[in-house]
Amino acid sequence: MQNTSLQFKKQVTIKLADVKLQDALSRLQSRFVEGRSAVISEIHDLQETRTAAAAIRDRVLNDLEHWLLHFEQQATARGAIVHWAETGDDVNRIIAEIAAQHGVKTAAKSKSMVSEECGLNDALEQAGVSVMETDLGEYILQLAHEAPSHIVAPVVHKNKEEISDLFAEKHQLPRKTGIAELCREAREILRPAFLNADMGISGANFLVAETGSVLIVTNEGNGRLVTTLPRVHVAITGIEKVVPTLEDVTTLLRLLPRSATGQSITNYVSVLTGNKNKEDHDGPEHFHIILLDNGRSSLIGGEMQEMLRCIRCGACMNHCPVYQNIGGHAYGWVYPGPMGSILTPLLSGLEKSPDLPNASTLCGACAVVCPVKIPLPDLLRKLREKQMQLGMKSRQETFMLKAWAWLALRPNLYALATKIGVRMMRAMGGKEKLLHTLPGARGWTDGRDFPAPSGMTFRELYKRGAHK
Amino acid sequence: MNAREKILGKIRSAQSNAALRTPTESINNHLAQHPRGPMPSAPENLLAQFKERALKLSSDVRGTSDKMEVPKLLAIYLSERKLPNSGVCWPSLAGLPWSAAGLDMQSRPAKNHDLIGVTGAFCAIAETGTLMMLSGADTPATTSLLPETHVSVLDPRRIVATMEDAWDLMRKEFKQPPRAVNFISGPSRTADIEQTVTLGAHGPYRVLLILAPL
Ligand code: SF4
Repeated sequence: MQNTSLQFKKQVTIKLADVKLQDALSRLQSRFVEGRSAVISEIHDLQETRTAAAAIRDRVLNDLEHWLLHFEQQATARGAIVHWAETGDDVNRIIAEIAAQHGVKTAAKSKSMVSEECGLNDALEQAGVSVMETDLGEYILQLAHEAPSHIVAPVVHKNKEEISDLFAEKHQLPRKTGIAELCREAREILRPAFLNADMGISGANFLVAETGSVLIVTNEGNGRLVTTLPRVHVAITGIEKVVPTLEDVTTLLRLLPRSATGQSITNYVSVLTGNKNKEDHDGPEHFHIILLDNGRSSLIGGEMQEMLRCIRCGACMNHCPVYQNIGGHAYGWVYPGPMGSILTPLLSGLEKSPDLPNASTLCGACAVVCPVKIPLPDLLRKLREKQMQLGMKSRQETFMLKAWAWLALRPNLYALATKIGVRMMRAMGGKEKLLHTLPGARGWTDGRDFPAPSGMTFRELYKRGAHK
Repeated sequence: MNAREKILGKIRSAQSNAALRTPTESINNHLAQHPRGPMPSAPENLLAQFKERALKLSSDVRGTSDKMEVPKLLAIYLSERKLPNSGVCWPSLAGLPWSAAGLDMQSRPAKNHDLIGVTGAFCAIAETGTLMMLSGADTPATTSLLPETHVSVLDPRRIVATMEDAWDLMRKEFKQPPRAVNFISGPSRTADIEQTVTLGAHGPYRVLLILAPL
């Protein structure tokens, strides 16, 4: 997928004015934020479990080469074929080759954010393989030719009416209006796709080094279907997804669905090891696992390595006041919200996403909910520092900061300037004591009013208090 | 140099600081001992907790002390819901008196149009109300997946407290995991449209658990 985050500021203005989107986002907040808080307390000792989860991820990241090799060895021993890909294009090429090798014409796919990084669907269509997305949300997006706007709830930006219209148009069936009917219709359209597909494509939430297994969590059952029925299964995931043992993955599973959708466990957790035996009635004859780097290895051993702990639960975006107001598309690439504001610049270039590290109020809500304790605000701050060092800040911002620093080093002048400033602002605020516009901060006051100061600076008030 | 060597090489040079790395011996120990993380305290009554959590996941739960009664219980459940009375079952359950209860259960893996799939389970987990299924020649995965109604006959003695206990049971009875281990927690569902939970996505619309000593 192409990174369009250079358009961030323009997109934000559009998204803030999109009434339907604002409606949809408020739903996300009520369902996922409240859902999480209802079940997260089921965990016996949440802080201890989060600490253990972070340690499990760190254990792997600190010795990633070792764990990857162990995983590869175990998976291969069970008959899986492990491929390595440096870039998204490499993934596309490898899958096209696997498809050609096995005479694959059709593929059924369950949700994979890594495949979005690669732009896999277009590449496979070009290679003559027709791909059907089978996760309901992803299927809707495929029909609408749109990109996901959330890593867990990809179609959160669309409402039921839009989906009804879309189905009626594309399926050529009478328009359904109930959510259950829409789901039934999609089920009936997609069932033959599972049965006829030559290849199933899935992501992997985790790779278990101990057993060489691919673990996927799903609710709809499409993940089970695409890994059970087609004769070829290809799982694509990032190199950082390894976890040492089945016990370790169990600790992470206590946190993942609760943080993501507010479920104690997802409907299905599938642990897939090797290909079908002679005696088995079901399962793929050929099992391929593709491990994608795409910039991840450059975070190893550096100050941003903690970002690779991420288990893609989406809690940070659900709780982010910025995401809650602009949705996922504005971020311009696969991963939105706080985790995206860090991953996008790191994986696809800071110069291509200059606004993302700044698309956060650093309120810290993301770090509080992150199940693997990623210090997201700290990482955002580090990216901002890097921008400063690289001279990537706008001239206006650099000038303002320099001017402020000059003034702040001259206390008497500073006191005078702020004294004049607050008095002017009080006068401008009028009876309502609100400023509708501020020179130099239009972007801020376009969406809300700035409360006018009382007319005295803090230092003046403090002095007065001290004399009493 | 191929992609594998390039990627591993990059990681190796980034992690060249040996002091930060775990000695191979301790990695091997971790794998051999697979220590458990923080866990919930053991429930007083496994069966009661399992039932309560399974119901929360929208599964239905019935029980009998005689496994020969299982077909009758299923027949009642199906007629209450006006569901068809034919389907498929795992070979291990083929000996139950299905036809005496008016049911037509064929012992074979499920196909697309089969509406009822009856399975056993490897074990079940009280912590979440979850079934653990191991794939194999006699335990086809499709039976719990393709039909609209999934029925699982479960021996209450096979209920364990946590997923960790389930892994240990698997390790005790098998050398290695089978091709597919599936943990099933209620009927398939989706919340993709307006974050509204709808039961019955691509898998079963309903799951019935029948507890009976096997
Ligand atoms: S950064 Fe943390 S909260 Fe955000 S998606 Fe990743 S694991 Fe979840």
